[in-house]
Amino acid sequence: MSCRARPWRHAWLVAIACCSALLGSCTQAPDNHELTFWTIGREGEAIVKLLPAFERAHPDVHVRVQQLPLTAAHQKLLTAFAGDSTPDLSQLGNTWLPELAALHALEPLQARVGRSRVIQPRDYFASIWATNVIDGTLYGVPWYVDTRLLFYRRDLLKAAGFDAPPRTWAQWRQQLAAMSDPAHHHYGILLPTNEYEQLMSLALQQDEPLLRDGGRYGNFESAGFKRALTFYVDTFRLQQAPAITNVEAGNPWTEFGRGVYAFYLSGPWNIGEFRSRLPASQQDDWATAPLPGPDGAGIGVAGGSSLVIFRRSQHKEAAWQLIEYLSQPAVQQQFYDLLGDMPPRRSSWAGGALRDDPKARAFREQLEHVRPTPAVPEWERIANEMQLVAAEAIAGRLTIDQAAAEMDRRADTILAKRRWVLDHGGHTEEPAR
Amino acid sequence: MNPQRTAWLFLAPALVVLGVFFLLPVLAALVLSLTDYDLYALADIRNLRFVALGNYRELLQRPLFWSALGHTLYFVAVGVPLSMGASLGAAMLLNSPLARCKPFFRTALFAPVVTTVVATAVIWRYLFNTKYGMANYLLGLLDVHPVDWLGDPHWAMPTIIAFAAWKNFGYNMIIFLAGLQAIPPDLYEAARIDGASPWRQFVHITLPMLKPTMLMVGILTVSGYFQLFAEPYVMTEGGPLQSTVSVLYLMYDEGFKWWNLGSASAVAFLLFLIMFAVTVLMLKLSRRGDET
Repeated sequence: MSCRARPWRHAWLVAIACCSALLGSCTQAPDNHELTFWTIGREGEAIVKLLPAFERAHPDVHVRVQQLPLTAAHQKLLTAFAGDSTPDLSQLGNTWLPELAALHALEPLQARVGRSRVIQPRDYFASIWATNVIDGTLYGVPWYVDTRLLFYRRDLLKAAGFDAPPRTWAQWRQQLAAMSDPAHHHYGILLPTNEYEQLMSLALQQDEPLLRDGGRYGNFESAGFKRALTFYVDTFRLQQAPAITNVEAGNPWTEFGRGVYAFYLSGPWNIGEFRSRLPASQQDDWATAPLPGPDGAGIGVAGGSSLVIFRRSQHKEAAWQLIEYLSQPAVQQQFYDLLGDMPPRRSSWAGGALRDDPKARAFREQLEHVRPTPAVPEWERIANEMQLVAAEAIAGRLTIDQAAAEMDRRADTILAKRRWVLDHGGHTEEPAR
Repeated sequence: MNPQRTAWLFLAPALVVLGVFFLLPVLAALVLSLTDYDLYALADIRNLRFVALGNYRELLQRPLFWSALGHTLYFVAVGVPLSMGASLGAAMLLNSPLARCKPFFRTALFAPVVTTVVATAVIWRYLFNTKYGMANYLLGLLDVHPVDWLGDPHWAMPTIIAFAAWKNFGYNMIIFLAGLQAIPPDLYEAARIDGASPWRQFVHITLPMLKPTMLMVGILTVSGYFQLFAEPYVMTEGGPLQSTVSVLYLMYDEGFKWWNLGSASAVAFLLFLIMFAVTVLMLKLSRRGDET
């Protein structure tokens, strides 16, 4: 008996030795003067051009930039948190901020902002700043902003007798009808059925919030949301938008140039895309306009990315210096020139290429009136489910009332754990470890 | 040293590897599937609740799980015979004495297996684009109305099946080819002398001789096809209208996208049970076939 059991004991010893060796290699101390900075998407390419000036001013700090692809970033951030390997600072989309704040992964920044001579909260667009405040605590400093609005073909509208882009839904509907000719594959607008931002933008224009009771339940059966959903679904039912996903839409820029779509509801990065993808002769044919609302234009979603410092960082002071550097209006203008990412500070808009850019003016107008999405960690998932149900309504499988009820049902299921955590005095307030 | 002890010593490295990298994670996942481990539990372990079979009960009541299971079964039921048929057909053509340039065709037919799914999916997405795709252009020559391949919930799965069958048939083709070459030529010779037609040679010599190969290829293909994930992930992202969401895709969404590791583990175990049952059933059926 004993001689049989022994090799097993050896096996476990070997296994334990292997495990501790693996763990040991994970907890190596990083280089003392190296700052790890994670960027998401294209920002990483531009940021390396801005860093030499920072490193000249702070010779003791070396910044190591790691670019995460957008599709993998969310996973990577959560895995890094679970595995104790978060960077010093990171770019973070403001819909992900509540999630990482709930994990206590982020360093509160209010005290540093209060001392800062560079970062003036009142200079920032108010709603954008507000997306970084979770339950009264500031966790991020806005880096660039994003809001969805209308790109439109000025020449096509003019040819149809419209001198100005729509300001209200009624005008928009009228123009969409005039621009649509489904028999010849011409549509008023492209609204990919697997992107939730468009419906969400329309929904945020309403007075009712998207979630109720402090983010405990969905509020999709409100009159306001149903109004937005009706307008959205009607656009497809009237064949003013094709019911296709962005996978099938393929190259919307070329199609927009060909006049397949007269409107395109999208974000600031497309200014650069249209400038580079459409021929010079067409550059005067397109323009941007604030998003039409039920009664007036200019209300949209407060999106964008912030800069955050991780709680476990060993170099918080150096990370904060980098955030201050990137928040200077002159640097933000440079950043816009490199990439087209729009700055969150009004003073950054007052100079440089942005001040006189006619294509950016609509964004500047809308940024004063943007509204934040619900600051609950589950929001991204709820928005995804909202869009899946909306796609069912577009396909005619659900009526507006059925779809709204289904969205509420799914949202309430997703929020069940949050309700439990909130109601049982859950452990979200104090730091976890 | 007695032989038994020596045997255990020789087995030890394999057992350690199996234990640490397979058994331990599987047990951990089983425990995980009985809890509601999620983002809140990741933040603070005190937010973790033991829910016993709650995850399983919830899953079985969730329409998306059943539709995902339906899509997966559809994919297996159509995809496996199609892919195995194509493999066997291609292997027979390559094995035929009349075939020319065998190494070239063998490589060409095997090439899709070794190219990455992502690269080939991009090509297929263009081939099956509604407006500019080659597939609809060819249909147009035949005066057939264009089909919205990847955008119509009824067509998306057949397109994915065709893609997967094309992508994977080369692998089984090589195995079948080896099986075919192992059949002694005298059997065919004797059959020809008896005046058997090529069809009867196929039914009475090729198929019975290939049976062990078929069974192995069948089990491998079925278990591979049950794990449908990469194809819808790169071609349709589960759409349109979630018509290409497979069980594994659901697990990925639950676990890695939304970080609900509890219910994701439950999905994994349900899938494991289903695959286990199907494999046992296949083995039983083939054994019963042997006895008769």
